[in-house]
This record gives sequence, C-alpha cells and structure tokens, in this order.
Amino acid sequence: MAGLATSLGAGAATNSLDQMPDIDTLFLFGSNPTEGHPIVSLWLKKALRIGAKLVVADPRKIWMAKRADVWLNLKPGSNIALLNGMLNVIFQNGWEDKAFIAKRTEGVEELKAKVTEYGPDVVEKITGVSWDKIVEAARLYAKADKSMIVYGLGVTEHKTGTENAMAIANLSLACGQIGRPSTGIMALRGQNNVQGASDLGPYPSSLPGYQSVLDPNARAKFEKAWGVQIKDKAGLKSVEMLDECTKGNFKGLYILGYDIAQTDPNLNHVWKALESVEFLVVQDIFHTETTRFADVILPGASFAEKDGTFTNGERRVQRVRKAIDPLCGMAEWQALCELSSKMGYEMNYNHPSEIMDEIASLVPTYGGIDYRRIDEKGLQWPCPTKDHPGTSTLYTDIFSRPGGLAQFMSLDHTGSGEKPDNEYPYVLITGRIREHYNNGSMTRRCGGILELVPEEYIEISHEDAAELGVLNGDWVNVSSRRGQIKVRAKVTDRSQPGNVFLSFHHPEALTNMLTSGYRDPVTGTPEYKSCAVKIEKTYIEGEWT
Amino acid sequence: MSISITINGRSMTVEQGRTILEICREAGIRIPTLCHDERLEPYGGCRLCLVEVKGMARPLASCTTPVQDGMEITTESTLLRQLRRTNLSLILSNHPNDCMKCEQNGSCMLQDLAYEYDADGDMFKGDKWDLPKREDNPFITYEPNKCILCSRCTRICNEVVMAGTIDLTGRGFRTMPDTAYSKPRTLENCEFCGQCVSACPTGALTDKRGRGFGRDYEMKKVKTTCTYCGTGCNFYLNVKNNKVVKVTSAFDAPVNRGNLCIKGRYGYEFIHNPDRIKIPLIKRKGVFHKASWDEALDLVATRFKSLIERYGPEKVGAFSSARCTNEENYLLAKWVRCAVGSNNVDNCARV
Repeated sequence: MAGLATSLGAGAATNSLDQMPDIDTLFLFGSNPTEGHPIVSLWLKKALRIGAKLVVADPRKIWMAKRADVWLNLKPGSNIALLNGMLNVIFQNGWEDKAFIAKRTEGVEELKAKVTEYGPDVVEKITGVSWDKIVEAARLYAKADKSMIVYGLGVTEHKTGTENAMAIANLSLACGQIGRPSTGIMALRGQNNVQGASDLGPYPSSLPGYQSVLDPNARAKFEKAWGVQIKDKAGLKSVEMLDECTKGNFKGLYILGYDIAQTDPNLNHVWKALESVEFLVVQDIFHTETTRFADVILPGASFAEKDGTFTNGERRVQRVRKAIDPLCGMAEWQALCELSSKMGYEMNYNHPSEIMDEIASLVPTYGGIDYRRIDEKGLQWPCPTKDHPGTSTLYTDIFSRPGGLAQFMSLDHTGSGEKPDNEYPYVLITGRIREHYNNGSMTRRCGGILELVPEEYIEISHEDAAELGVLNGDWVNVSSRRGQIKVRAKVTDRSQPGNVFLSFHHPEALTNMLTSGYRDPVTGTPEYKSCAVKIEKTYIEGEWT
Repeated sequence: MSISITINGRSMTVEQGRTILEICREAGIRIPTLCHDERLEPYGGCRLCLVEVKGMARPLASCTTPVQDGMEITTESTLLRQLRRTNLSLILSNHPNDCMKCEQNGSCMLQDLAYEYDADGDMFKGDKWDLPKREDNPFITYEPNKCILCSRCTRICNEVVMAGTIDLTGRGFRTMPDTAYSKPRTLENCEFCGQCVSACPTGALTDKRGRGFGRDYEMKKVKTTCTYCGTGCNFYLNVKNNKVVKVTSAFDAPVNRGNLCIKGRYGYEFIHNPDRIKIPLIKRKGVFHKASWDEALDLVATRFKSLIERYGPEKVGAFSSARCTNEENYLLAKWVRCAVGSNNVDNCARV
C-alpha cells in the first residue's frame, strides 16, 4: 500500500463496495475476485449485469477474463509496461482529464515524457499483449463517466509492487477517475484485518495511525499517553529481524498468529532464522509449521471467542463479537496484558472497547470510533470526531499529501526478479483458490471443504501439458532453484502456455519452497506472483496410473 | 420525481419508479411474501403479495407493480385474505407437512404463513411429489418434496452468484429446481456458497452440516465479522451449548447483505476442531510439555526481561498478524514500545 500512499496520501481503497454497481467501466487488475474475494465479486457481477464494460489485466484466464470486453493477458511482471502503454495511448489521443490534472495533481509533464518511450513495439514485446487491445482498454477506461480500478495482490506481490501501485494511481489520476462515487482505486486486501493491522501500528517505523517514530510531536503524544520513552529510530522490519536471527544477532521474538514458516517465500531461510533465535514465543490457535520452532507456544482464541474489531478493505471498522468462551481460557488481548504486567509495564483493560477508546484518543482517523457507534453498520475511516459520519469516498476535494495534490510518478519497467530460462522455463504464479485460505490451518480443518479440495494441484495449460506428456491428474515434480514439490497436474485453459499456477494451502506441498526471495524494496512484500520453475512428469511409488 | 399515493387510507408522498412492496415495507406496512428476496429482481411468483388498487379489476402483485401517481392501495381485506389462504392451501396440497421433524421448523416462512392464514393442506386433493432426499455433496441437503417453486434458489444462483449450478427443470407438475442432468453437486458445477440455502423460504434446502443440532429458536445468534478475506462480511454464529453449530445470513449487513461464500458460510468447523491448542506448551529438551498460563507467561516474561538486560531491547521484537483484531494489534505495538523498549514490531500485512 506504500504505492498508493506515495501517490495519493493514504494506503487504502478509495471507495465503498456498495458503489460498485454504478461503475461504467471496471478495470480489474491482478485480482481474481470470484475466488479470492467472492462477495466483492458479487458487487462487480451486479455492475456487469446492468451493462458495465469490463477490462481485465491478468495472465490467467480467470472467470472475469472470460467475460471481459478486453482481456489484457500480460506476461507476469510486465504491469508497469502495460500501464505506461495505456497512458501513452491516452495522452496521444487527448483522452486525459486536463482540468483534473491541472487542478489536483503535480508531475504530469515528466510522466508524459516518460510514457512516450512505451510505444507499440516496446510494450507488445514486454507484455505480450497486442497494441489494439491496449488502445481499446485505454479508451474504455478513459472515456467512461465512472471508471474504477479494482486491483489485487497480482499488483503488489511483485518486486516492483510499490511501483505497480503507483502506475495504477497514474492511470486513475490522468483520467480524473478518482474522488467521486464509483470512481477510484479499490485495492482488495488479502486477509480479514490487513487494513486494521496496517492502521494500528505494528510497524517498525510508525506508531499507530501511520504516525512516524521520527516525528517528535507524534512521539511526545504517545509518550505522554503510554508513560514511556519511545526510540526515535525505526525498528527492524520482519525480513531484517529474520536476517539478524540467522546471523545470531537477534535474541527474542514473539510471533502472534502468523505462520511465517509456511507462508513466507524462500522457506529454508526462514526456518534457519527461527532455529537460530535464542527464545521464540508463538501464539496460535493450531500447531503450524512455525510453532515447531517455538520455545513456548501460547494458545490463541479464534474470532468466535473474543470481542474486538476488524477493519475491512473499504476502511470499515466492524465488530467481532464473542459467541463462546475462549477454549484456551484467555484471548490474546488478555494474555498480552498479563505478559506486559509481568514484565513490569502494567496494562489493564476490562474489555476491548476500552482499548478502542484509547486508540480513538491517539489515532486521528479512528477518533470518532467507539463500540456503541459501530454496533450496527460499522464506520468507514477517516472518522475523526464523534459526530463524523465516516467517509465512503476518499479524496473528493483534496488528496492527503502535503499541499493536497496527488503526485504522478514516472516509472520504468524492470520486470520480475527471476525470469524463465532454458533450465527453468515456466513462470510460476501463486495465489488462493476459493475453497481454502492461506496456510490451510483453518479450512483444512473444516470437514466438507477438505473433502472438496484435499490436496494441492498445479494448473497447467493444454499446450504445455501436451509437450510434457502430462495428463489431467498425473503427478509432476515442480522445482525451482530453491526447492522441489510433488503435486498432481490439472490441465486447464486458465493457465496460458508458459505459465503455471499453484496455491499455498497444503503443508504436504509447500509451494513457498519454490518462490523466490525477491522482495519489494519499499514494503518488503515478497514476489509471490512470479518465479521460474521446471516441471517433470513423475509418479508415486506403488500407485497405479 | 415525487408522487402522491394512498395506502390503507393513509396519504403518502413517495419516489416514482419503486414498487408497491418496497414502499410498503419501508413504511412498516406488512405484506406477506414467499418468492421475494431483496437480493433478487422482483419475480411475482407466489402471488401472496397481492394488493387491491382502486380502479383495477383484479388484485395486483405488489412486488412487480411500480407505484403510480394517485394510486389508492389496500393491503389487507377479506378478499385478499381469502386469496392468500387459497394460494397457501394450494402449496400445502403438495407439501409433506411434516413440520414436527423438519429441520426448518420454527424458521420456515411457509409454516408461519400457513398458521397466520389458517391454510388447509386438505383443501385440494391430488398427487403429491414423492422424491428422495438428496445429500450427494458435503454441504447442501435437498428435499425436493418441500420445494414450493418460488425459484429463489435458482435465481440467486444465476442472478447474483452467476454460477449456473441449478435452474428450474421439467414442466408442469414435474417442474423442480435441479442441477443439469440431476448430477450431484461437485466443484465442477457448484461453488458451495450456500446462497440457495440462504434464499430458501422452506426446508427444501438446508445446511447439511448444521442439521440436527437444534431448532432455530434454540440458537444464540451472535452477529460478527468473517475471519477470512478482507471483504468484511457479517453473519450470525449460531451457538448452542457453548458450541458454534451453524452460520446464518445477516441480511442487513452493510458489506454483504446476507450473501456469503463457501468459507464464510461453511468455514466454521475449525473452531471446535480437536487439534486446537488449548493449553500453553513449554519446550524442554526438544519436547513440548503442558503448562499453566501463569507458568508459561512467567517464563516468557522472565526470558524476555533477561534477554533485554543482557543484549538490549534492540535484540527483541515481535511479529503481529493481520488475522488478529485491531485491539490486539494495537496492544502488541504498545507492548513492544513499552514493555520491551524497541521499535522492532512488524506485521504480515504485506504477506
């Protein structure tokens, strides 16, 4: 989300889901909502049913791609080239919103100069998408009254993830397709409380509410409220902490509800780090790959066992309510309070609502939020005061950058960290399927779901399967420079020749043994969406095929 | 544009372009329906929402009739009551009427209306469906004999989810919702979102895994927010004897309006899975041993304190989770700053 924060001011989706049916042109970018966000997809389907145009940029022939007016079947890692090409078309044809650019943005001249480098020859070569389709997509997006970009992790889970998001902001700003209902940029968040976890401060460089630890005023405010001195230097990012662990330089780590030993890329490195740290505490509801490494495992409470709030992808703070008592006797917030008090820093709250009241007093965007107000429908931040109704559309008059103007960013295509070659000729894309969730620790323990999808499978195109002599259901070895897994093949037209797809839900086939260690240098987000692999047909000993 | 209408003698100014049913429901005037679902386009199938409009020869279906200027509408009358009773009796004439053992007893719209209108299942004698119960998949039980052909299931599958799993098949007396060629539901033809179940006004479609745990009125229903993706759908956890046994739709939810996907509706069983870690565990010589909360937290506090003293707070940190609540994330950020004394806290929001 650092990309949107740089261009627009805040790292958050600009609109509400219920505005989606009024979209005229939907530009879906690197997102497969019918699988990853099924209920978002229902809002989008409603828009399509009543006549919205659909442009899809995705290397996979997903449900939405099959129904698109234009499917931009780009090669993985070519997002910026594609978006620069579209902007080139838009400026050449004068389809940009000149009034909006003049009044609300800065940096357009540099961008204009930059995108002229992205003509038909260059863009077709990098993206593999024909120029005609790019022109048509640009026209549909720029000329519509209300266009919305909905993007997913296909944008951010790249080495250039931050820049990809900026490129998306460029397109939206150039066409003035932002700051009105049903126009804007909706970034679909992968996990239930990504937005809230980002908002509320487990960041090494900022205090809750994106307030920098370098800012003396912010520090002073929190120091007064918390009664401690706060270090005026950013802490270590998770990647850096792990690196320090492997070197023996990091001594104590508390991991709360995060299966880093299955879901992080380049697992061998993570495992080494977790083995090396002197004292590791892991709190989770199930044993995971990560709990194996713990010195102490603390049980966690599931969402049904505690009160609290989640903030969704449209910035809506909503209640989580306790339906049953914590099976382990204590919810995480209670355990944290006790631990802190035992370490000499008293934390006393009778109920999570008191924690929210403290948050509201320290985080301006959450200032008007309390449990009574969010009881029925939640509230969308920014909600600075108790009488503020919340904000459904961001940036209707100013952007939240200094000066109130949005910033165009001139960007160049650099591509994925690891590209296919003779030895590893296929590009592996990873992602979720509808039935399962992340490391599978929850959905694999739901009887019916496991029955439907009991194991990992690799999606491979008909062309590649024929070349490899692989039939539907055959076992294959998938290997990269970092590791190898054995899975069944699913031959499907969802994969284009040269690309294969794996989810990462099953511990018997650890997909992230394969993924690369490349990361976005700004956010540290791993490049899950693209690495090079090879595939060989194999069989299981004793299994008749 | 605003127009003036009269409902049951009461004058109102309303917006043009909306249906009589919508206007009445908003004004708190009750009109019975079976085939209506706010998530769907109006259908006009069940004919229970009939109302009288002055000047019209016959009663009109309020769900499909837009209001017009000067309309005088009556929603309750002897005639309407008779017509509704007849329609309900026709439905009951081809219905098992086995409410005492029906899963839906107590939350069945047909049962409630049959009671309200004193419908008579013996009013029209004739053939009855005698089709087997179908449970050929992990999640959805289908008892065709209880179907009233309102087509809410087939419409939500095609209009809203656009999955095309089921549609009305056959003709006349043999019409019924079914999959193509009556094939069992598998991932090839169904998403298992259970939207059809949430739309069914009777016991024809029910949640297979939630059956037999108790009547709707025995459940404690706790409205909460889903724990899976970032959409933020609300639903009700149905709790009996301190156990979550089912998920049901919250139709007033701002984000999902009663709609759910497979994980939201059927992804709750992990809560009571026997693999849950219920007791703190301390590793000694490579083996985990059970411990009390006090013992475990004392150890964690002591170890962290000694590491901080020996190596400094810069060598201790925490990872937080986008799976936990806002309050827990805030507390962890605070704990690292206050109890540890470093800024080494990061979350998996990027993953």
